[in-house]
Amino acid sequence: MTKSPRLWLLITILIALVMTTPIWVLVSFVFESGGNNWQHLMDTLLPDYILNSILLMIGVASGTLLLGVPAAWLISHYRFVGSRWLHWALLLPLAMPAYISSYTYTGLLEFEGPVQSALRETFGNGISLWFPEIRSVGGAILLFSFVLYPYVYLLSRSAFGGASQHALEVSRTLGAGPYKSFLRIALPMARPAIIAGVTLALMETLADFGAVQHFGVDTFTTGIYRTWSGLGDTSTAVQLSLVLLAFVGVLILVERWSRKQQRYFGGHAKGDALERVALSGRRGMAAFAVCFLPILFGFVVPSGQLLYWTVTTAETGWNNEFFELAWNSFSLAFITAVVAVILAVILAYAKRISANKTVAQTVQLAHLGYAVPGTVLAIAILIPLAWLDKTIDDFFFENYQISTGLLLSGTLFALVFAYSVRFLSVSLQSVESGLQRIKPSMDDSARTLGASSWNILGRIHLPLMKTSLLTALILVFVEVLKELPTTLILRPFNFDTLSIRAYEMAADERLADAGLPALLIVLTGLIPVIILSKLMDKSHA
Amino acid sequence: MPELNLHQVQASHQAHTVVNRIDLRLREGEIGCLLGPSGCGKTTLLRTIAGLHAPSGGEIRIGETLMASDKVNVPTEKRKIGMVFQDYALFPHMTVYDNIAFGLDKFPAALKRERIQQLLELIGLPHVGDRYPHQLSGGQQQRIALARALAPRPTMLLMDEPFSGLDVELRESLAREVRGILKSEGISALMVTHNQNEAFAMADSVGVLKDGRLLQWDTPYNLYHQPLHPFIADFIGQGSLISGRVCDCRAVHTELGLLKTHLPFGTESGEEVSVLVRPDDIIHDDSSDWKLEVVNRAFRGSHFLFTLKLPSGEKVMCMSQSHHDHPVGSKIGIKLEMDHAVVFPKALSGE
Repeated sequence: MTKSPRLWLLITILIALVMTTPIWVLVSFVFESGGNNWQHLMDTLLPDYILNSILLMIGVASGTLLLGVPAAWLISHYRFVGSRWLHWALLLPLAMPAYISSYTYTGLLEFEGPVQSALRETFGNGISLWFPEIRSVGGAILLFSFVLYPYVYLLSRSAFGGASQHALEVSRTLGAGPYKSFLRIALPMARPAIIAGVTLALMETLADFGAVQHFGVDTFTTGIYRTWSGLGDTSTAVQLSLVLLAFVGVLILVERWSRKQQRYFGGHAKGDALERVALSGRRGMAAFAVCFLPILFGFVVPSGQLLYWTVTTAETGWNNEFFELAWNSFSLAFITAVVAVILAVILAYAKRISANKTVAQTVQLAHLGYAVPGTVLAIAILIPLAWLDKTIDDFFFENYQISTGLLLSGTLFALVFAYSVRFLSVSLQSVESGLQRIKPSMDDSARTLGASSWNILGRIHLPLMKTSLLTALILVFVEVLKELPTTLILRPFNFDTLSIRAYEMAADERLADAGLPALLIVLTGLIPVIILSKLMDKSHA
Repeated sequence: MPELNLHQVQASHQAHTVVNRIDLRLREGEIGCLLGPSGCGKTTLLRTIAGLHAPSGGEIRIGETLMASDKVNVPTEKRKIGMVFQDYALFPHMTVYDNIAFGLDKFPAALKRERIQQLLELIGLPHVGDRYPHQLSGGQQQRIALARALAPRPTMLLMDEPFSGLDVELRESLAREVRGILKSEGISALMVTHNQNEAFAMADSVGVLKDGRLLQWDTPYNLYHQPLHPFIADFIGQGSLISGRVCDCRAVHTELGLLKTHLPFGTESGEEVSVLVRPDDIIHDDSSDWKLEVVNRAFRGSHFLFTLKLPSGEKVMCMSQSHHDHPVGSKIGIKLEMDHAVVFPKALSGE
């Protein structure tokens, strides 16, 4: 396999270039002047988008910190009622896409909803005048905080539980009590991890389309979608995308920087199994409450509402049309997952086999797709595909008088391509980490024992890689299933998926009918959460 | 008044007892060391003394204060002990100066500066105060961790495998250096290690632990020459056990002849026992008529270590000068140079 490094280099660069097309397309627009509506947009709506985005970011950053950090601290250092299952249950909201959560809270808290109705019955009709509107910036902040805190929880928990343990013990032998130790040692040492978690949550917030759209909060993603679909002004949509990407870019830089810090702060030590302090009585209950509250509003309440809607619409919901939707979604997700895993395997092996630095950097480039919000990505892919379609169509029409139509941009090809660009990073991470565990010395020793390259692949790599490949497959599968804005923009005419159906029903104010498809998405989303918690338990033991 | 006093201390992880009824006394200014293989409970015992692990029985006193018993468990931060961890656990987000200053909150500013400078000079690193831990070498980090633990003038110092993260060449020299620092501060210290050389280089008294029990607490000299347990004989230095029979209360009959001994309490005449034979008890002598067959030889540079077979098939080791080479299978002359044989009851050595 090592004989043709040039071939590998070529293949890698080709894949990386194709998979980063949307980024090149967007970059090529940087010096273009905007479309007809750009000037108008800048004067009227752009300040709103920016203000709303900044408000959301400040709010979600505070919210995820308040929910994620205390829970992580309690779980990593104390034992209390339920702490054993809370430790993984705190990840459950990862299975709940923000847009789906937004539908359930709208249903629960709107004027006709159960909460306000009950309040009116108790306190009289006047109460509804005072009831805060969930479909607002404040509501969106709460919603995102409850759905996205697991990023902060996950990263800060491993920082609290890891190398900082001995440092904390030293601080106690030096006379510092629990509070001083937490404030002066644990928190500063975990700071890079916490910041990394917050930036991930903020990137998700900026990328969200479904929830802000439903809540009527104008942000970049809704603006981009409206400019493109309502006004048909692609170049203005691209200009907006570039502004959004600038925000995302800043977040990526912050995230990279804090990960670098973490290398110094994390230390090299592996602490012994943590000795958790038992909390009982009132303190135990308080700890339970702090850890259960995020799960309650991030997962239990919204999935309960989905379940209720599913049951009430059971008679009409389970029809052929629904199975077609499910089939569309699952087959699309499966095809994309296979494509993304195959590409990831090629790239990961190229990086491993070739000592060339260019290859490693090129592979790194392929991770970029994940940072591009789905709305932006869809439009950036539509532009070159539409151009290709037109070129092909023109060519065939001129020479053979055949119209090929929208060969690429109007078919599933565009969707699979877009998903692959966006989720290649997900599969690549899993495959790369799997491949890292196979040390080069294993290949070498197999070779000294007389095994051929194919032999090594089949007898050593495949058995060892099986789990990582499967994990990559499942992760991409679920991501595709949940995806909304890319699907909305790129789907072929009359092609519906579960997420599209949920979106359309919610847009038509038929929230109960959104229950079944949404519930199916959430249930499938639980699989990777379970895998993740299993992995955590392993590294925990 | 001993500085550290353990009485019947027990500790467990879940239901598993890892420290079993340990009694131990450390005098003021004394440096003690707990030695044992991994999993023997030595680190748990150290953490129990520090208050980082709650004991399941017994009493711990430091100075005159009762730190832990059935009713009392003083939290770590109130015990006034210093602790150095295997990974040093320096605070990565603080400079060396701030690390050492961490335990000195109650010192007035001028005194604090003075104490820190004094410690930095004591450990031979007077100019690193502004640096961050990751800018220092392993040996430097180790000494900073020591300085940080000593800064608040604790009643005693605990060290968990303090040298195991360092290169072998550095270990012993640093161990001697640390011993000097501790003696100049006049502080009692208890260290945990699995390395015999470190223990002997550092400690006034050494305790050997096995399966949560303290088998012997003694000077390094006595541990080598008068081990109370075959495990200690095996763990410290080299040697082999051969069988013997007690003749009367002063001697034991073995294949090597009648050996003088102090018999352990309770042994009777005629009883079968095990006898410890160290390599330096048997001297190679070409002129001797007493010849044994060489079954293994190891060249150690300064000497040869021969394994010799006794007529019964039992084996003993013998040291010779490095120019006395003899092939495996040949017979070499020996003579015995043994003051007092160390004898263990058969039941113990079967373990």
